[in-house]
Parts: sequence; structure tokens; C-alpha cells
Amino acid sequence: MSGRLRVAVDRDACCGSGNCVRTAPEVFDQDDADGLVVLRLPEPPESEYDTVREAAYNCPAAAIEVTET
Amino acid sequence: MSDTLATNIPTYPFGNAGLEPLLPDLGPDGVGRVQLPTGAQAWLFTRHEHLRELLRSADFSSDFTRPGFPLIRPIPEDMPRRPDGSLIRMDPPEHTKFRRILTPEFMIKHIRTLEPLIRQTVVDALESMRAAGQPADLVEHFALPVPSMVICHLLGVPYADHDYFQERSRILLAWSSPPEQVRDAIEEMRAYLTRLIATRRDSPGEDLISRLAAERVATGEMTEEELVGLSVLLLIAGHETTSNMIGLSTLVLLEHPEQLRQLRERPELIDDTVEELLRYLTIVRTGLTRVAVVDTEVGGHRIAAGEGVIALLSAANRDADVFPDGEEFDLHRGSHQHMAFGFGIHQCIGQPLARAELRIAMSELITRLPGLALAVAPGDVRYRDAVVFGVQRLPVTW
Ligand code: HEM
Ligand code: SF4
Repeated sequence: MSGRLRVAVDRDACCGSGNCVRTAPEVFDQDDADGLVVLRLPEPPESEYDTVREAAYNCPAAAIEVTET
Repeated sequence: MSDTLATNIPTYPFGNAGLEPLLPDLGPDGVGRVQLPTGAQAWLFTRHEHLRELLRSADFSSDFTRPGFPLIRPIPEDMPRRPDGSLIRMDPPEHTKFRRILTPEFMIKHIRTLEPLIRQTVVDALESMRAAGQPADLVEHFALPVPSMVICHLLGVPYADHDYFQERSRILLAWSSPPEQVRDAIEEMRAYLTRLIATRRDSPGEDLISRLAAERVATGEMTEEELVGLSVLLLIAGHETTSNMIGLSTLVLLEHPEQLRQLRERPELIDDTVEELLRYLTIVRTGLTRVAVVDTEVGGHRIAAGEGVIALLSAANRDADVFPDGEEFDLHRGSHQHMAFGFGIHQCIGQPLARAELRIAMSELITRLPGLALAVAPGDVRYRDAVVFGVQRLPVTW
């Protein structure tokens, strides 16, 4: 339970829904030019773990990968 | 294929009798077969988990010209088949190309810059409804004009033509329209936008159609036909959906006076309220149609290539595993996992716009008209029998 969480995003898969930005704005952003996901914090602080998991679950394109070690 | 069940399988679509969607009893698994008006059959999926899997899967196509696609209305024989830019019916890689072109236009950051315009449009519409006197039809004076004006502004379509395109989009979406009438409505919308695009090419404005004509069509990245199809989609999707949401949302809030009181006291509840309204109403009630392109599985159910499937969003948004007491409207629910905008690569590209319009329209409505009330008995409200669920009229006083 107390492991580290790492996030990865797949911009090729991203369809620019913006869900992740609504859920975890500290961790995800959308590129100003193309609207696709930009990862701000690949190793987010523990306080963001729940929102990051939620963002991955709600990503329509399955473009967010969360690994927990 | 389960043709043995053909005698008692439910007929789809299930109709829009009231706020509670009519769902067939499919047993605990929530998977079954349905009979389509075209005579064909399709798989029906209703569980949240199954829809997540199905709508994210690359094994299904949105292209309704593919054999086996679960059409709800037959396509008229003489309907022109052309590659148009209607991305909602495309698969990758074509879909990706059009989706990428539109993504920055509708992203949250860009929509935020439109909020002052949306607010002004909302306030003006409310004032002109007030001036028209009561009782007034909230659909005609508020729910329909606000999203129409906003999408017109965005696209560069003259709002003065709204009777023309609203009438045609009603025909397109009504289940009762004969196929020939649907075809004519589509052709007229296309002709209208073709003329508009020609005008914008010669004298461009600051709008999306002018920009796409100059930056994408002139460069050969998109054909003019494709821009026409894309514009038809955006014009229809851009006003029919949000407008039905505004009408229905008003009805639901008036029917839940205690929650409406809480929302008036704590305006910051508006974001959660909008999400719960989206979930509870799920206006794309008919669900999403797809066809399997390879033999595949959803939730352990085998689906053969060429079989049609329907993802019933309204049922997934009432799935008790995700939304306990889902048939209750509860603005404190925190409905972050709803599928009102679909799921997968086609998930609504207009959702930031729809959310901004709903948030602003509903907040201004309930604060500016504190005495808002229905002018008819709730049981007398008539619903639309259309692809998108909504009320026909909503007479109100204030
Ligand atoms: C509350 C309002 C709205 C709802 C409930 C809604 C719902 C949906 C749904 C369920 C889909 C997925 C269709 C599919 O997967 O086959 C969709 C796609 C789409 N919506 Fe919306 N929509 C709304 C507002 C808007 C607005 C305001 C626009 C304006 C631009 C819009 C434009 C589109 C477009 C272009 C697509 C196709 C996206 C694609 O195929 O990649 N929608 N919408
Ligand atoms: S939620 Fe997924 S598809 Fe949407 S912007 Fe984020 S990464 Fe892209």
C-alpha cells in the first residue's frame, strides 16, 4: 500500500477529452497548441494518488498508465 | 447467434415516456439481444464495466456503412455516400485526423475564454423571456436559443437562420421522420453550409468555419465536402444536446425543491449538480451503436465480426455497482464516472462547452428568477421521441 506511484501518458492514444485535467490539474495539463495531454508530474506526491488513479480510470482512451511499486 | 430467442426479445429503441429510462430486464448480467426496427438484431450492453470495455475497444467500428451495423432507421437507397467529415461515424486513422484538428478548438482552456460571451447570451435570453411575459415556454425562450447562439457564434453561422437549421435538425433526430424526409433534411443542411462556407472563404471572419476553410481546406488537408459534413455535425450536436439538457435540468431541479434550495444557498454546488444532471438525464438515451470488425469478447460474451452492438449509456449511468440508488437524483453524489458524454475515442469533444453552458445557464436561471415554477402539472410535460431525449415545451412562471 505504501509504494510509490508512477504515471505515464500516451499522447498518440490521447483523444484530448480533458478529463484528466479536470480530475487532477496538478498532474495533467493539455498542450496549448494541440490539446493533447501533457504530464506535469510523472511522480506525483502521495496527496495526488487518489485523483491520479481516478484520472486513469476515467480516461476514455486508456492513455494514462499508473504503476505502483 | 441466438435466433432461438427471437420470439421474446425486446424491441429497440425503448421510447421516451418519462424521466426514468425504460430498460428491459436482461438478468443480472445486463446483456441481451434486441430487435431493431430494420428487422436486424443486435447485442445490448447495459453494465458500466461492460461499456467501459466495449467503448474503449478497437474491435468495434462507428462506421454505419459497414455490413452488420445496427441501424435504427434504414439508410435510403439513393442517399449519397460520400466521405464527409462527420467524425462521429469514422474510425482511426481518419477519425484521429479530424479529432486532432478540432481538439484545441474545444479544449477547456479555449472554452474558458468564451465564458463572458456565454454569460451575456444567457442573461440576454433571460431578460427577453422576462419581457415576453408569463407564463413562457422555457424551451423556446431560453433552452434552445442559448446554445444555438453560442454555437452559431463559434462556427460563424448567422443566428438569423436558426428557424431553417433548427427545423431540419428536429427532423433529423425525430424517430418518427420517414427516411426520405431525413435524407432531404441532411441534403438541405449540407446545401446551406456549402453556401456559407463559400461566403466565408471569400470574406473570412474570426470563426471556426473561416479558419478551417483557410487553414485546412485551402492547404488540401481537408476537402470542402469534409468541411461541410463536419460543420453539419457541429451545428447539430452543438445546440440540440445542450438545449435538451437545459430544459430537462430545469424540470428536474423544480421537481427537487430541497436540492434546489441548497443549490441557491451554496452556488459552488453547481459543478456537482451539472455532473449529476448529466448522469441522471443521460440525454443520449438511445445509446451508442457499433459493429464488431473482428471476432471479439465483451465481459466474456463472444461477439462475432459483423454483429451489431448497442452500448446503453442510460443504463450504465444507473448501474447500482457504480451509482447506488441510481434512479434517485442526488446532487451530492459526485458523479465523476458517468458516461453521459460516451467513452472511448469518440467521447464528446464538445463537453467543455456543454459544461460551461450548463453551469452558466442553470446558475443564472435560478438566481435571476427566484420564483421560478412550472406552469403545468409535471405529469403533463411532453417528451420528445427523438435520438436525443428532451422536453417538447416547458411552460414556466416566475
Ligand atoms: C450535454 C450536452 C452533450 C451531450 C450529452 C453529448 C453527448 C455526446 C456523446 C454521447 C458522444 C459520443 C458519440 C459516440 O461515441 O458515438 C458525443 C460526441 C460528439 N459530440 Fe457531444 N454531447 C453534448 C454536447 C456537445 C456540444 C455542445 C458539441 C459541440 C461542439 C458536441 C459535439 C460532439 C462531437 C463533434 C462529437 C463526435 C466526437 C468524435 O466522434 O470524436 N457535443 N457527444
Ligand atoms: S483523460 Fe485521457 S484522453 Fe482525455 S486528455 Fe487526459 S489523457 Fe487525453
